[in-house]
Amino acid sequence: MAAPRAGWQSATLRDKRTETDRAATLHLLTDAWPGHRAGQHVDVRLTAEDGYQAQRSYSIASPPEDDGDVALTVERLDDGEVSPYLVDEMAPGDMCELRGPIGGWFVWDADDGGPLLLVGGGSGVVPLMSMLRHRAALHSGVPARLLLSARSLDDVLYADELHGLDAGDDELDVSITLTRTAPPDWPGYARRVDRPMLEEVAWPAADRPRVYVCGPTPFVESVAAGLVDLGHDAGLVKTERFGATGS
Amino acid sequence: MSPPFSRGFHRRHEAERADADRVPPGQYVVNDFPVLSAGPTPHTPLDQWSFTINGAVDEPRTWTWEQFQTLPAEEVTRDIHCVTHWSKLGTTWRGVAVDTLLQGIETSAEYVVEFADGGYTTNVPLDDLRDGKAWVAYEFDGEPLESEHGGPARMLVPHLYFWKSAKWVRGLTLSDDDRPGFWEQNGYHNYGDPWREQRYWND
Amino acid sequence: MERLDGNAAAGLLQEVFAREMTTAMETCASCGNEAVVATTHVYMGDIGTVLRCPTCEQVLMTIVHVREELHVDLSGVRRIDLR
Repeated sequence: MAAPRAGWQSATLRDKRTETDRAATLHLLTDAWPGHRAGQHVDVRLTAEDGYQAQRSYSIASPPEDDGDVALTVERLDDGEVSPYLVDEMAPGDMCELRGPIGGWFVWDADDGGPLLLVGGGSGVVPLMSMLRHRAALHSGVPARLLLSARSLDDVLYADELHGLDAGDDELDVSITLTRTAPPDWPGYARRVDRPMLEEVAWPAADRPRVYVCGPTPFVESVAAGLVDLGHDAGLVKTERFGATGS
Repeated sequence: MSPPFSRGFHRRHEAERADADRVPPGQYVVNDFPVLSAGPTPHTPLDQWSFTINGAVDEPRTWTWEQFQTLPAEEVTRDIHCVTHWSKLGTTWRGVAVDTLLQGIETSAEYVVEFADGGYTTNVPLDDLRDGKAWVAYEFDGEPLESEHGGPARMLVPHLYFWKSAKWVRGLTLSDDDRPGFWEQNGYHNYGDPWREQRYWND
Repeated sequence: MERLDGNAAAGLLQEVFAREMTTAMETCASCGNEAVVATTHVYMGDIGTVLRCPTCEQVLMTIVHVREELHVDLSGVRRIDLR
């Protein structure tokens, strides 16, 4: 496995795809991407013409199998400094700097096995998507469940792709909960993640699933506590807390 | 080799020098009130809160919240300057002047450590808290000071960078020697004058 | 300002220690609790980054950028076990 790079390297935006009204996926190209693991992130640094710099961390959405492609799904924060630039302004050919891949804890390799429980709030689903894409690329039979929390259906990231993965894979189940508005006849959940929801969606604690929870701090802590209450081994519940995000 | 520019990227707050003689070098003016912390927000209930002056004094002096509220307080409007480059102009506070708290206290001490819930400390020469330069503030903008901004009470020492105004302050320890506080021990300037841009060690 | 975890400090820790640190175990010098660095409580701001013990909340480590320099206080960590 390639060792992570500690230093900054230049990157160029190859392509940008709209995901939702407030989120886009940026495909970045670097000279020498060492490869990454599902769940890792990069630090992105922007430099203005006057030398001003700003830096943020973004999870890698692409799986390790997408050779050399560093895809970041970024959600625009209204009062943000970096995300509005990345989502709205940055165009193919524009440059930034990347440091990474970073992280050795919140990672999943198919060899780690399962069953796998992924719980994501808002853009917390991004690193989990890398894991599911990795799993799909290897045609892995590891049983997996994703519970995704978003404000509304329009805010669900990767909705079509997840629907397709779920439909085509007996060992994958995707559950969605909408916390602010749900369409009429919405068959999924329509409230904040709570213990009864976790109990319905999660593997039984006795199955000792590998759990990854990602999203805003209050979301992560509430879900992690709920799972531990349900008997899950805290040592098998890995968490990654994001700053402000939409969930 | 300089890093590549990101076309079209610029700082969110353009460095406006609305009043060049009001904004110290390297600062930009903000209209919001950024929150920076080194730890969790404490939530000390008012019935457990106290403010203490101790150290190089004959007798430590302590006020409960109720006692503190009976002290003469004043409204002050000042500009504040954070070492992370933002300045907020014309902020209004209500609090008790440190001069009031020090009335009747005799000391040869030259230095003070502001200490707070959660363990934060910052050091200041005693003279920099006297003569109308510092307050213990419990209202901001006409409302009780919110916990994320240091409530129930914080120091207000506006002539120095704002890390010298301890949030969640619980007292002042007077001392003959200067004892660097939290950020001062970790790279920040011992005195912190924004007008001389004293941000870091060796500035 | 929201509390984050050791994952958020991973890039910075790699700058300091020249290796991946989120899987390392740290022992708190204040309470003796051992925790994976990824699970420590992290407060990151432009002024500096502070890592705190997830059990007792005492400061484990403080990291400050001063222009091109890095100042690291490790006095809150008794021991680090690297995997």
